[in-house]
Amino acid sequence: MDWLFFFEVVLAGIGGGALYALAGIAFVIIYKATRVVNLAIGEMLMMGAYFFLTFFAILELPLWAAVVLALVSGAALGGVIERLAIRPMLGEDPISVFMVTVGLGSIMVGLVEIIWTADQRRLPEFMPSEPIFLGEAFISSKVFYGFLIALALVILVVCIFRYWRGGVALRATASDQGAAYAMGINVPRVFSLAWVAAAALATVAGIVVGAIGGLSSSMGVFGLSVLVVVIVGGLDSVVGAMAAGLLIGVLEALAGAFLGGEYKLLTTFIVLVVVLMLRPYGLFGTREIERL
Amino acid sequence: MRIGTARQDYITDEALFDTTTQRVWMAVFLAVLVAYPFVANDYWLYLACLVAIHVASATGLNILTGYTGLVSLGQAAFMGLGAYTVAVLETRYGTPFLFNLFAGGVVAMVGGIIVGVPSLRVKGLYLAIATIAASFIAHFLFVNLGFTGGTGGLSVPPATVFGLALDTSFRIYWLIMPVTILMVLGAANLFRTRVGRAFIAIRDRDISAEVLGIPLLRYKLLSFALSSFYAGVAGGLWAYFFRVVTPESFPLLLSIFFLAAIIVGGMGSILGAILGAIFMTMVPEVLRLVVGWLPIEGDTLQYVAPVRTIVFGLLIILFLIFEPHGLAEVWRRIRRFFHLWPFRT
Repeated sequence: MDWLFFFEVVLAGIGGGALYALAGIAFVIIYKATRVVNLAIGEMLMMGAYFFLTFFAILELPLWAAVVLALVSGAALGGVIERLAIRPMLGEDPISVFMVTVGLGSIMVGLVEIIWTADQRRLPEFMPSEPIFLGEAFISSKVFYGFLIALALVILVVCIFRYWRGGVALRATASDQGAAYAMGINVPRVFSLAWVAAAALATVAGIVVGAIGGLSSSMGVFGLSVLVVVIVGGLDSVVGAMAAGLLIGVLEALAGAFLGGEYKLLTTFIVLVVVLMLRPYGLFGTREIERL
Repeated sequence: MRIGTARQDYITDEALFDTTTQRVWMAVFLAVLVAYPFVANDYWLYLACLVAIHVASATGLNILTGYTGLVSLGQAAFMGLGAYTVAVLETRYGTPFLFNLFAGGVVAMVGGIIVGVPSLRVKGLYLAIATIAASFIAHFLFVNLGFTGGTGGLSVPPATVFGLALDTSFRIYWLIMPVTILMVLGAANLFRTRVGRAFIAIRDRDISAEVLGIPLLRYKLLSFALSSFYAGVAGGLWAYFFRVVTPESFPLLLSIFFLAAIIVGGMGSILGAILGAIFMTMVPEVLRLVVGWLPIEGDTLQYVAPVRTIVFGLLIILFLIFEPHGLAEVWRRIRRFFHLWPFRT
């Protein structure tokens, strides 16, 4: 057993896992506030990455402007989705809303293929490219900076949840919608806010994922792993999304390195099944109590 | 509400087709199905077979999702199980095709029961995502099992009846259509029995159903078993129809297609699954025609696939927002209009 190699793989896994955690948090925000299981999270991430590609590579804007514009467009996309497709479904069966997001994902894939064609794209290099060494272990710089970005954002989100009025309103809506309404919280605004914030987070995740792995219209597959992450962590738990993101990231990296690339998704899904069997509401999810 | 159907005993009340008009139309419909292959050309026959296979599978999913309320995104994987079983049996052992189809259904059924085991503890969308796991694991097995032919898949010899190979759309139609009709009829009858009623009770509120004395695990597993049996047989027909089975033939997208079909058609309605499957299968073909007519310069075909993806998504969303009961409800409305004419509802 080569411990250095093992260590490197684990580090790479943590880097990838941080991105899962970030996208997972975007998912959890939506779920907590609106109780919508958003299967289109991978596609939202993809749209964000393509917005960035447009501003940065095609229009050749400076990096900061491209990032800001991509964030704004991504957030606007989230708002539009919420307004046009999710709001009319308010109060419907969760399964119907879930299928609406499936449809949204399909639409976004089609749009990307029409606007940007189905070919694989690469983002120009924008992160420092000298490899990072942690002790002896080598980490690819993109993974390292991706990890830092994800970490910073996760901390930011946690702080927002904790201290900002909007974050508190979001948590209040999550714990009891009726009571939140009665306390004067504008619940529909919170819904919009959740989608906008989640779409912006997904955009950042998309930019980093795109920088590491390139862009294509099948980037949404990343969303499947994110889905596994949030299910394993518990749909409504931010902590769960972080822990499960790292866990799945590391396991995927280990499976990819020691078993072969085709075992990656298999491992994630086997972890999913095992966790569901042992803890049907995920590792950190709240158990719903049903009454007749 | 239909006028002039005063029922006087339970048998007429429970009948599948309760009026003479319905029986007459059903006979006409069957006659059309029999006459169809003699008038249609190859392309339309091909479509009819494809539609019939999709109807069979969508009906199966409807039993599980529409009637029992368990969302599954594994229908394509179960079809794959059936298709591979048929392919392996046909190439290796050359057993009769009816036996193969049945075996395909049974293998898929076993797969369905295994996937269904967590369904007692895992509910709703958690379950839907667990079934995604099933479809990935199935894909992995198809690639790596060895006797399934790896990524290249297997090619299937045509089914033979008394030495006659069913190798054209015209011939295979006579296998696919009757099997589909039988399965749809079976599903329609299922919901007149105790089992079917139990499924509906579970869908409406599973805890209440348990209080009423319906053993949840047994019935949920039964629903999974039936639904995947349908998928398996449909997959077997698929294998005989396309005559090549690869791991990529049954992607997650196909499962979403079936879920979309029963949503567009109308969940929890036999007619819904049929209409939905027909509609969703025909939409891409119609789109291809439309895109072909459009006066766009250059290679229009490159737009077909993305436009199809978009329309697919739009249909799901628009139906869910504006017509949540699906095409079956539209159909009922049209029928009611003619029944009550000249009065309005």
